[in-house]
Amino acid sequence: MDGSDGSDRALDHAIARAKQGGAKVIVAYVIEWSPYSFNTPEENATRHKRRETEIERANSEIVAPALKRLEGENLACNGVVRHGHPAETLIEIAKECSAAQILIGRRGHSGLKSLLFGSVAGNLIQTAPVPVVVVP
Amino acid sequence: MTRILFFLFAAVSIVGPAHAGIDETINNFTAPIASFIGSVVFFKIPIAGANLPLVVLWLVVGAVFFTLYMGFINLRGFKHAIALVRGDYADPNSAGEVSHFQALATAVSGTVGIGNIGGVAVAVTVGGAGATFWLIVAGFLGMSTKFVECTLGVKYRNENPDGSVSGGPMYYLTKGFEERGMVGFGKLMGTFYAIGIFIGALGIGNMFQSNQAYVQLNTVAGGALDGYGWLVGLILAAVVFAVIIGGIKSIARVTEKVVPFMAVFYCVFAIIVILMNFSSIPAAIGNIFTGAFTGEGVTGGALGALIIGFQRAVFSNEAGIGSASIAHAAVRTDEPVTEGYVSLLEPFIDTIVICTITALVIGTSQVADPNFAGDATGVAMTSAAFERQIGWFPVPLAFGALLFAFSTMISWSYYGLKGWTYLFGEDQMLQTVYKLIFCAFVALGCVVQLGPILDISDALVFLICVPNILGLYFLAPVVKREMQAYLAKLESGEIKKFKH
Repeated sequence: MDGSDGSDRALDHAIARAKQGGAKVIVAYVIEWSPYSFNTPEENATRHKRRETEIERANSEIVAPALKRLEGENLACNGVVRHGHPAETLIEIAKECSAAQILIGRRGHSGLKSLLFGSVAGNLIQTAPVPVVVVP
Repeated sequence: MTRILFFLFAAVSIVGPAHAGIDETINNFTAPIASFIGSVVFFKIPIAGANLPLVVLWLVVGAVFFTLYMGFINLRGFKHAIALVRGDYADPNSAGEVSHFQALATAVSGTVGIGNIGGVAVAVTVGGAGATFWLIVAGFLGMSTKFVECTLGVKYRNENPDGSVSGGPMYYLTKGFEERGMVGFGKLMGTFYAIGIFIGALGIGNMFQSNQAYVQLNTVAGGALDGYGWLVGLILAAVVFAVIIGGIKSIARVTEKVVPFMAVFYCVFAIIVILMNFSSIPAAIGNIFTGAFTGEGVTGGALGALIIGFQRAVFSNEAGIGSASIAHAAVRTDEPVTEGYVSLLEPFIDTIVICTITALVIGTSQVADPNFAGDATGVAMTSAAFERQIGWFPVPLAFGALLFAFSTMISWSYYGLKGWTYLFGEDQMLQTVYKLIFCAFVALGCVVQLGPILDISDALVFLICVPNILGLYFLAPVVKREMQAYLAKLESGEIKKFKH
């Protein structure tokens, strides 16, 4: 989930699918972060605090509302917030909870933009160990 | 406080009015101060025709001791250091915290500065080609000193109520001595260090950097900036002001990103120049070795070359000064010793790689044409060596020097700030006062000439080695225990690789 309309639609789809099959839904949010970026000393010194704020915000604004919806539908669910490379981290999470499927919304960036910045959905499709459903 | 602020504005407005004489006036004013501080810090003892400053001896003995005491950690720990930086041992659950790579990159951008370009030229001018050899040896030994100080920096850091961290020698000196029941002495040493790093931040990390950036710009501009040091200084100070007071992180972030590329760019072109001087390479390398042991034409002979080499190496990689442990303290790790391992790479990159490459650029040019630089020294000499082969290179080099200087100033503004907050507390208003003082010195650095500036900044930086290394001796057993416990955990598999 990334809080976009696309990810809302992915959640809708996940709810529909989970209801049919009685599956558990893991709501995952990845905060884009790289261990190889360059920071100023001051940024480093306050990093721990910032990380906590980032996780808190992701939980309260994105993951918690999604979990609430899922619980409202009486579905088993769990939330995960983690820092890292989006596609790689989603795959890690999928492996850890032996997910049967990854559902993801798409941002709908076209041509040049996704060529330059890549797309999480595109990366996932190429590298995920389980089937990936991209919800338009 | 109002008085301090008033003084600052007064200082800036004295610098402000433009006339060429102002440079000279300030220079005349600082030169006697420089020679006084220098003569105290660099108290020399004459040995076999050379004058050995006691403080250099202090550093060398320290570095040799830590190398032996830690069992050549600078060799044995190298591979593990690389694995840590690559993130092989990074716990996925701590993703989002400062990584080993980030801590290293931040510390390196603080140390890779003008010293790597200009300082080496000074070493070769004063100490001959042989100084290069001792520079490399000093870099190698300095790796052990860094290992000890950075481990301690993480182990004894303070965690502030707002979740940020403050670490560095002032904290490990205070807490380390306190653990041994020497509370008063620890406080004294910590305070002494904090004052030293604050003043040093205005010298090595500030005035020297802005001064050399100006000199380099002026050379490229063909002397068009003569007498306009105050203008360049004010512009530089304004940019530093924007970052550290205005909080314009974007400027800092751009520099932090560009500097590593500049470093690579610099090394690549340096290697190209060395290869273009191909026929001079054997003679240049020969000079380094013979110079190291015979010291031909150098005051004080081989010992003279050794002293200069060590002095410049420390000035460049800061091992023994303790500054890097302030930057490394930001890493969150259960094993402080891992940060020690990572910091080993710093003198390696800074001194053994970058300084050596610069020395070879100068050395091969000297062999080909002994008078290639005329009477230029410092950055101008390095620039001339590049220009011999690549005519347009001084322009990007000036730009690179400016960026190196800038990133070093940003890093050092933080080191000085940590000394300041240790002394006066984390009060925001007082931090701003410090930052204003820092900016005023950036401007001042462009106004005074290289000689006294280099002397003052050298002296102040070497001065803080005294409490720092003293503390390292006392706390080295702590580091050794940490290291052995860590190695045992590695051995038993308790600490394992997450990536393969």
